[in-house]
Amino acid sequence: MSRILTRRRFLIGVSLTASALGLNGCDAIVESDRTNAVLKLAEGLTMRTQRLLLGDDALAREFTEADISPTFRSNGTSMPDNARYIDWMNRQFATWRLEVGGLVEKPMQLSLDELKALPSRTQITRHDCVEGWSAIGKWTGVPLAALLQTAGLKPEARYIVFHCADEYEKSLDGSGWYYESLDLIDAFHPQTILAYAMNGRELEVGHGAPLRLRVERQLGYKQAKYLTRIEVVADLGGIYRGNGGFWEDRGYEWYAGI
Amino acid sequence: MATLDAGVRTGRMLIYRHSLTVRLSHWVNVLCMTVLLFSGLQIFNAHPALYWGQYGGDGDPSFISIQATEDGGQASGLTHIGPLTFDTTGILGVSEVDGEADARAFPSWLTLPSYQDLAGGRRWHFFFAWLFVINGLVYFVSGLVTRHFRRDLLPARDELTAAHIGREIADHARLRFPKGPEARHYNTLQKLAYVAVIFLLLPLMILTGLTMSPGFNAIAPWLVDVFGGRQSARTLHFLAAFSLVAFVAVHIAMVVLSGVFNNLRSMITGYYAIR
Repeated sequence: MSRILTRRRFLIGVSLTASALGLNGCDAIVESDRTNAVLKLAEGLTMRTQRLLLGDDALAREFTEADISPTFRSNGTSMPDNARYIDWMNRQFATWRLEVGGLVEKPMQLSLDELKALPSRTQITRHDCVEGWSAIGKWTGVPLAALLQTAGLKPEARYIVFHCADEYEKSLDGSGWYYESLDLIDAFHPQTILAYAMNGRELEVGHGAPLRLRVERQLGYKQAKYLTRIEVVADLGGIYRGNGGFWEDRGYEWYAGI
Repeated sequence: MATLDAGVRTGRMLIYRHSLTVRLSHWVNVLCMTVLLFSGLQIFNAHPALYWGQYGGDGDPSFISIQATEDGGQASGLTHIGPLTFDTTGILGVSEVDGEADARAFPSWLTLPSYQDLAGGRRWHFFFAWLFVINGLVYFVSGLVTRHFRRDLLPARDELTAAHIGREIADHARLRFPKGPEARHYNTLQKLAYVAVIFLLLPLMILTGLTMSPGFNAIAPWLVDVFGGRQSARTLHFLAAFSLVAFVAVHIAMVVLSGVFNNLRSMITGYYAIR
């Protein structure tokens, strides 16, 4: 994610967008790759600034039981409709396994019971959808950091990719499967957990059963549901369309801190 | 303020009214606020409902929302404000796109991009938010250093009396604008409006915007408390934006009524004619 905002590129951006404005409604300019490349510079600037001010471990706000939302919308996929998932679901996820692989010293396969036996963290946090709504829920799960430490990252490891059991956009080439990714700063953040319980109950199918990611300093689309495999990689280039996530491949920011 | 003597004999005098920093930051701001408004409406369209408090979404009570309904093949747009409901078909809720009725909160001619594209709207919004903040910082530092705020914007004690303000309101209502020495500086209503926008509304836009960011919440949790929650901040962001729209409408009306050419020249070249 190396994006450097030089003065020259910034000025190109200003003049390009100024000309785009003169032709407001002219979607050709709005859609131009060059305009978008310039606009995307803001994402790097936002990420750098937030990371600088945040430090690695600043916590997201945690709320009390009384603050929990009465309704929590199930967004994205609410019921994966493939045979593999339905089979897991019908067996109460007893046959489901979480794979941890890629650039790790010790690849692992964990059952839901094995995950639940590990030390857990419970947090009441606010979930912010990129669309604008928010809901507060209580999550219990395994800190991702503990899992990654057990597996042992190889020196070249830079990103953690989360593969999911839901195909959110049906396609012939299989490019519509949901996935997400984090860099090591957010992966090792104390509030980044793999949650198997929500509001004191087993995670429901609508909210990503049996396991979903919680990364509390970012927006909702980073909170991948229906996890099946964690893959540690050196770069995101070779995965799907290379932008590090289902929505990232469709134009949304990889750093979703705003 | 420096004066040019050229026009003195005709009773008309050009005074140097706006510094280069003020003029540049004004026009950069025009660009930023235009893009921010239209891309902001694009973002709003993704979830056209406003709430109060820490959370809010489908199923929670909203106090402003825009909705599209369909009854017997007839689509209509409804805008809810508190307990009131208005039929806003054609503009809000349902509007025409390429001659066909489309369910969208704000119409395509008010959003950037014109079609539904949240990711695109966010890209435009955050790029210009950065430019807006940088521009604002340059203006703010320069305003302090050059004493622009103290000299030109801070109302004098005698300007704040009820009698003085009353007289200015009456003059404005009759479209009688200051002449001669009186026109060398901003009038009191102008000063108050500019102070409210520069020191209240624009910072409120930035702070409520940042309060919607989950990353920034971890940096400054107290900001969430100041506004009473993320959803309150989102609502205030929207209301402050429309307050700015109202300000711009009055601002442009005043520019037109008090001399388009003279005002535009002064904000482009710096020179303003008084007589």
